Amino acid sequence: MSAAAAFRAGLLDPAAPVPPGLTDGAGRHAARRYAVYRNNVTASLVEALRAGFPSVRAGLGPRAFDAHALAFARAHPPRSPVLARYGDGFPSWLATCAPGWAGDLARLDLALRESYHAADHVAADASVLATADGPTLMGARLTPAPSLRLLTSRWSLLALRDAALGGGGVPMAAAEDGPPAEIAVLRHGWDPEPHLLPEGGAATLAALRAGRSLGEAATWLRDPDAFGDLLSTLLSAGALAAIEL
Amino acid sequence: MFDWNGSELPAAPGVGFKARHFEALMADPGAVRWVEVHAENYMGAGGRPRAQLAALAERMPVSVHGVGLSIGGSGALDARHLARVARLCAELGPASFSEHLAWSTHETEFLNDLLPLPYTEATLARVCAHVDAVQDALGRRMLLENPSSYLAFTESTWSEPDFLAEIVRRTGCGLLLDVNNVFVSAVNLGFSPEAYVDAFPLGAVGEIHLGGHDADRDEHGAPLLIDSHGREVADPVWALLDRVLARTGPAPVLIEWDTGVPDWPVLAAEAARAGAALERVA
Repeated sequence: MSAAAAFRAGLLDPAAPVPPGLTDGAGRHAARRYAVYRNNVTASLVEALRAGFPSVRAGLGPRAFDAHALAFARAHPPRSPVLARYGDGFPSWLATCAPGWAGDLARLDLALRESYHAADHVAADASVLATADGPTLMGARLTPAPSLRLLTSRWSLLALRDAALGGGGVPMAAAEDGPPAEIAVLRHGWDPEPHLLPEGGAATLAALRAGRSLGEAATWLRDPDAFGDLLSTLLSAGALAAIEL
Repeated sequence: MFDWNGSELPAAPGVGFKARHFEALMADPGAVRWVEVHAENYMGAGGRPRAQLAALAERMPVSVHGVGLSIGGSGALDARHLARVARLCAELGPASFSEHLAWSTHETEFLNDLLPLPYTEATLARVCAHVDAVQDALGRRMLLENPSSYLAFTESTWSEPDFLAEIVRRTGCGLLLDVNNVFVSAVNLGFSPEAYVDAFPLGAVGEIHLGGHDADRDEHGAPLLIDSHGREVADPVWALLDRVLARTGPAPVLIEWDTGVPDWPVLAAEAARAGAALERVA
């Protein structure tokens, strides 16, 4: 094993021996000094996961979260120095070892973080929609902002998130029996916010993003009457980058 | 080989930028004349971080400080990450780009700490090749920062100041002298911080860093200082700064405060103290 490989091996494995060839400057054993690096590495990665998954941390409590984060960081250190992207595997990790809701809440935290760092856009001028007749409106192509993120969950994620961040902890939650909750993350200015969508709303927005016309995309909605509310949610958030009639 | 052209940063106090200080800094920078940002925190496509950085760059010179290139690493540089750094610098046009004499990536893993390397002929050649690659990719001279050390390698054959001077000679890079790192390493490894700065190639220094450290002890009862960047700069570090400035004259001096970040007035007061040290040698 090379010197660098030996130095690296002990950083993420607390049972690994202190690498040879290290001293305190006076020729003495440097175990405590090596431990500073070991601690720095794991503490900084746990801190990155804390910052990246705030509602999961609030829901699980800091001790349980840190234990999961430490285990994940040791098994899956970052593959890139850009830590804003670290932890995309954490939701599926949590799904195997934490309460059932934690993995999905982590997906929501991740979607919020991705939206926060996504490319900027100028909100499209929506006034053209007000004067369009029905067929023109149905043929319109609405391009969602690059910061749009979509997810679905069997859990009432927004209520779980509110409860966790409100400091009350997460109640003994059970998966919902009905259709999955559909959520859009929309960035208002610089701040992403999750919005609950009507049933079929996630597929509708995905269709818009794929370039389908508004009429085609809206066929995904289970309740056609939900269309107006969905459109007004998008417009009030400034979540459309382009409107082509 | 890049020629030394001096620093484009003002010979004045700067601070490591924190998003929570944005409004206060823009409203009244006080003694602060420039800011430094960690490159890796601004590699998203957009959003508030990039918008704040663009607004700052309109207002004052910006130094981009990389923490992820792993210049002291045993493997090749991460070409994709080097391209990200080059893109950020091309978009921003910073007054300075700096990185560390340290490694943080092993094979494909990023360990998010500045890890130490032995100073040997082999590591010298590798670091110089990496500095050359960075300078070629950026089309500019970079500054290389001396590390804070908690331990030494028995295989080292170069002193740190000589090692850095030789990197400067071979690559034409400049140096970032972190005075707190000198003090931390000196206490931890039992050498004289004054002798270190006296041996340091100060003519290549384009920027100076100051930061706070914490005190601990090792298993032998010896003092072990931790480079935490979590408090005020310690008095002996200010004294060491005076010794450096007496030889360099006025230089860009940065306050780093990265953990337990204080309210703006506390950081601004540290910057003002650096400004007073600079005025004494003006």
